[in-house]
Amino acid sequence: MREFDYVRADSLDHAAAQAGPHAALIAGGTNLLDLMKLQVMVPERVIDISRLDGLDTIEADGPGLRIGAMVRNADLAADPRIRADYPVLARALLAGASGQIRNKASTGGNLLQRTRCPYFYDTAMACNKRAPGSGCAAEGGASRMLAILGTSKDCRAAHPSDMAVALRALEARVAIRAPNGTERILEMDQLYRLPGDRPDLETELDEGDIITAVLLPAPALGSSQSYRKIRDRASYAFALVSVAAVVTMQDDRIGKASLAFGGLAPRPWKDAQVDAMLAGQAPSEALFSKAADTLLAEAVSDAGNEFKRHLAHRAMIAVLREATGLAPASTGTDLVGEPA
Amino acid sequence: MPISLKVNGVERTLECDTRVSLLDALRDHLDLPGTKKGCDHGQCGACTILVNGRRINSCLTLAVMHEGDEITTIEGLGGPEDLSPMQRDFVSCDGYQCGYCTPGQIMSATGMLAEARDGMPSHVSESLIGKANLSDAEIAERMSGNLCRCSAYPFIREAIARNTEQSQ
Ligand SMILES: Cc1cc2nc3c(=O)[nH]c(=O)nc-3n(C[C@H](O)[C@H](O)[C@H](O)COP(=O)(O)OP(=O)(O)OC[C@H]3O[C@@H](n4cnc5c(N)ncnc54)[C@H](O)[C@@H]3O)c2cc1C
Ligand code: FES
Ligand code: FES
Repeated sequence: MREFDYVRADSLDHAAAQAGPHAALIAGGTNLLDLMKLQVMVPERVIDISRLDGLDTIEADGPGLRIGAMVRNADLAADPRIRADYPVLARALLAGASGQIRNKASTGGNLLQRTRCPYFYDTAMACNKRAPGSGCAAEGGASRMLAILGTSKDCRAAHPSDMAVALRALEARVAIRAPNGTERILEMDQLYRLPGDRPDLETELDEGDIITAVLLPAPALGSSQSYRKIRDRASYAFALVSVAAVVTMQDDRIGKASLAFGGLAPRPWKDAQVDAMLAGQAPSEALFSKAADTLLAEAVSDAGNEFKRHLAHRAMIAVLREATGLAPASTGTDLVGEPA
Repeated sequence: MPISLKVNGVERTLECDTRVSLLDALRDHLDLPGTKKGCDHGQCGACTILVNGRRINSCLTLAVMHEGDEITTIEGLGGPEDLSPMQRDFVSCDGYQCGYCTPGQIMSATGMLAEARDGMPSHVSESLIGKANLSDAEIAERMSGNLCRCSAYPFIREAIARNTEQSQ
């Protein structure tokens, strides 16, 4: 690991004032330190925000919730309000990493964890994300963990978070504090940039910006929520494909469906067209299949990740079957209490 | 940087580089080699310890981040003369072969049982509401952050199940 100065922030102002082009915030440290050991990330100053007051609470926010950026993944998954009203989020968190890591990992750090692309991790390889302009060694290489949607010729890295996929399906927003103390709130698709020709620029955060919270809207009462993660081993592995769904039925039709996907794209993926195709329709195998075709219409894959098209297609249909009642719910699908 | 930690009930101070992981601080600065280094990247669980009662991977955190924290390592659970119940259950169930992953397994199991007592659900819990019954599948899922190169898993799960029965 390269040498660095350690600063324990005593306020958000202090943390922001210490920011700079060669500084990094540290929250749980489970991603940053992993990458620092490999010299994939080489900050000269590490700013510890893990002890800041007020960042580790989950509070009512109108009809929704405000989740502080330092709330640990384990605590978020265990919170009774999350388990009852936002079960897809609890499920996604519990499907990620291990008990030990979830005790450390924070909400903000989870959102901003870096890709698991093997070429990003290997400093001897070309990678436009790690070393802008050096090229992309993934071309023709090991693509099993790489994205098939939203990629560019310069980068095919996938976003690895499970939590973020559930948050995308729940239509959560992210609160960001600028160095001058003002707060702005971004939709998740505004937070994450697509790679284009600058895969090194992953988010809309500017220097000194700090994520302070994730905002959940009012619970989707009466919805069926589901998180399905498919991976190379039964536990403690990143997603090859994952699907998060929040589906509300109106009589025998789909009132609203909000789907998001992991393992497929450089950010938690949502396709508004897919949600729109499902809304107002009677659930059927044919409808689901057509919507899955739409999801994958623009997919770009190679021999190493071609399987993701089929996996995503089937996973989406399987999740929708359970969420709409065409098939009995299995573990991972939960109901949110009916409106009174 | 100077750091003070409360390790296994004893106040300890050390002076170390900012880069030192909590794992290396314990092993190389505080002479507590019971905590093991497997992968040094959060992937194996050999380095599991309790910080303020919760299990974490000590390789993926910096010693300087833990000023004032209470640390429990395998040495703090019990020694050869005064094994803790979990340590005894691992011995009586042969919950190891080479033993390298064992301190991490035992610390993780100790932390895991506390989580289960607090009502934490898991990925395999049928319902998110209420307390899960620690079935074999639940134990396997909750312990998935601890790899065993010797694949002693069935006996590790048996030791934990035995401990669970006795502590209920
Ligand atoms: C072995 C292993 C397996 C894993 N498996 C999974 C998995 O299956 N699914 C999954 O989703 N994840 C998985 N993870 C990743 C894990 O979820 C992340 O490492 C964790 O969520 C990161 O949170 P942290 O608080 O530790 O972040 P840190 O490492 O502290 O920070 C990560 C990044 O976010 C920035 N940051 C942190 N907080 C803020 C903030 N408030 N504002 C602005 N920037 C901030 C940091 O500067 C840094 O760049 C795994 C990790 C490991 C090591
Ligand atoms: S040594 Fe820490 S998880 Fe492997
Ligand atoms: S007993 Fe040898 S690694 Fe687990």
